Amino acid sequence: MRRQDTIVLRDLTKVFSLGLLGRKKIIAVDRVNLEIRSGEILNILGESGSGKSTIAKMVLRLLRPTKGEILFNNTNIWRMTKWKDIKEYYRRVQGVFQDPYSSFNPRRRVLDVLYDTLYNYFPEYREDKVSAKKYIAEALESVGLNINDIEGKYSHQLSGGQLQRASIARALLPKPSFIVADEPVSMVDASTRIDILNIFIDLKEEYGVSPIIIGHDYSLAYYASDRIVVLYKGQIVEEGPPEVLEDPAHPYTRLLKESVPLIDRKWSKKLEYSIGDIEVSRRGKGCIFADRCPFKKPICEQKEPPVINLGKSKVKCWLYASK
Amino acid sequence: METILELEDYKVYYKTLSGYVRAVDGVSFTIKKGEIVGLIGESGCGKSTLIMSLVIRKPPMIVMGGKARLKSIDLVNISEKERRRILLTKISIIPQYALDALPTIKKIKTFLKDIAKDKGVPEEEVLEKFIERARIIGLPSEVVNMYPIELSGGMRQRVVITLATIFSPDLLIADEPTSALDVTTQRHVLELLAELRDTGIIGSLIFVTHDIASVRQIADKIIVMYAGKVVEIGETEDIVTDPKHPYTRKLIEAVPKLGINYKKKRLSGLPGSPPSLLNPPPGCRFHPRCPLVMATCKTREPPLKPLNGTRLVACWLYDQSKGEQS
Repeated sequence: MRRQDTIVLRDLTKVFSLGLLGRKKIIAVDRVNLEIRSGEILNILGESGSGKSTIAKMVLRLLRPTKGEILFNNTNIWRMTKWKDIKEYYRRVQGVFQDPYSSFNPRRRVLDVLYDTLYNYFPEYREDKVSAKKYIAEALESVGLNINDIEGKYSHQLSGGQLQRASIARALLPKPSFIVADEPVSMVDASTRIDILNIFIDLKEEYGVSPIIIGHDYSLAYYASDRIVVLYKGQIVEEGPPEVLEDPAHPYTRLLKESVPLIDRKWSKKLEYSIGDIEVSRRGKGCIFADRCPFKKPICEQKEPPVINLGKSKVKCWLYASK
Repeated sequence: METILELEDYKVYYKTLSGYVRAVDGVSFTIKKGEIVGLIGESGCGKSTLIMSLVIRKPPMIVMGGKARLKSIDLVNISEKERRRILLTKISIIPQYALDALPTIKKIKTFLKDIAKDKGVPEEEVLEKFIERARIIGLPSEVVNMYPIELSGGMRQRVVITLATIFSPDLLIADEPTSALDVTTQRHVLELLAELRDTGIIGSLIFVTHDIASVRQIADKIIVMYAGKVVEIGETEDIVTDPKHPYTRKLIEAVPKLGINYKKKRLSGLPGSPPSLLNPPPGCRFHPRCPLVMATCKTREPPLKPLNGTRLVACWLYDQSKGEQS
């Protein structure tokens, strides 16, 4: 029987201060509520500036939230005081990042970095080099790498795809419950992206590790997920099973769907949305998407929309308020 | 139709201590006026070397042979002075990471003045033209007084596009113009590039990318490169719906369509990685990764040959003597 772990985000908020006196505020993550259960692949979909990486950093306990809390099995991870508990959290929730070349120290051999991670979490392996090697070889095998292929090599001697696999293997060593992967395929060649995503799927199916994949690619998100969360300017605008991407309810998700180049579809009609650069658009008191939305009603600019339950999915939009 | 670019057996190598890296090894194709051509392949297939060699040539890059003509200009035996002269006016490039191509400490205006000086054109003329073009491209005229750092990624990309097309070049080369952009901005930039062609601001466009899905949206023709060679050329629709070369097929299969979830169907990418071009494999360079490899492929190199109509394929599967294999 697999252990059930949960990560609950409750009103999670992160505000960054800019400027000399910190007068300018940027709300990167805005009251996000989300429950992440083990045994599913969660995909967080958003463009740059949506706050997706900020959420990843907060969940990985690398960045302190401004408000709200992150509960791991009902314990607030930012209230942990004992190093033992904190270390245990780091062990259970591991990270994989966008650029594998900056995840590895270029002056050290890739395999040595893996040994460090292993000894850090399981010091007993220090005494038993044979088992340690076997353990690492198994982790590498589960991501499709052979230990002999990376033996003695530095990060620059491996291809991007190989190195990203190695960084997933590194994240697996502490036997985590969750792996938070922030844009794990955006720097990998288009021809190998699917294979990297397949690894995360296998990890869930065969090893019981639950991936939280963060990305901006629409069809890749559809492919590798059990549940999708669409993020815009720090807020969750739509949430549901992958099928919501086929027939999205929120106008922003629809805009995404219209904009992505898909191999089996050619853009036909003109886009009815205005060019909006996510970083420069304003944030009023109403809906965060109101300034770009073609279906805007007066209420959208005055009052924040509620989260509406549509059965299979949830959407934060006034269009569905009467239903 | 007028030919804009013509390459014949074009070779660009890099000289290294261990020998020549044959990054572009005997490439032939033509681009007609008004065409948008997508140049695709994995990283390390030579596509960036190919286009950079047309614009700027710095050691250790060496053009080893073959022909490259831009209209009547011989790009192989061109003098450095002449090359500088035709840059922006006849041939222009939107480099990869164009977002970072602008100097952060210069106002766009200062940068425009530098261009005017370099081209020997009055400053006002360049400024006026920039503002006029900026309007078409959807940039407010205030950007000339701004620093690049004040602009968002999409706006900076549009500034670079405006700069690159200010003298209406015959050929515009865009190297991964959308990969650093957001999805919603990507579509605007791609449509903009097509519009530049439609309105005649640029003659033809070479669009270099590994993202076939975005090439599909605007390109008329696709050229597929692998390990320094062209393996397939054809009309966009034909290539996407019926790829002939096993490499092209794999590339297209590796891009998921919308509506495929792993529970319904497991997709697979292309295993392995492109060979080292220092010492490429004999015969067909794709043979070590090809699922349909035959004995001939390991020893003899397949020529790029026409196959029904407009398609060109370099693969022994389609050798005329054997007929088409299904």
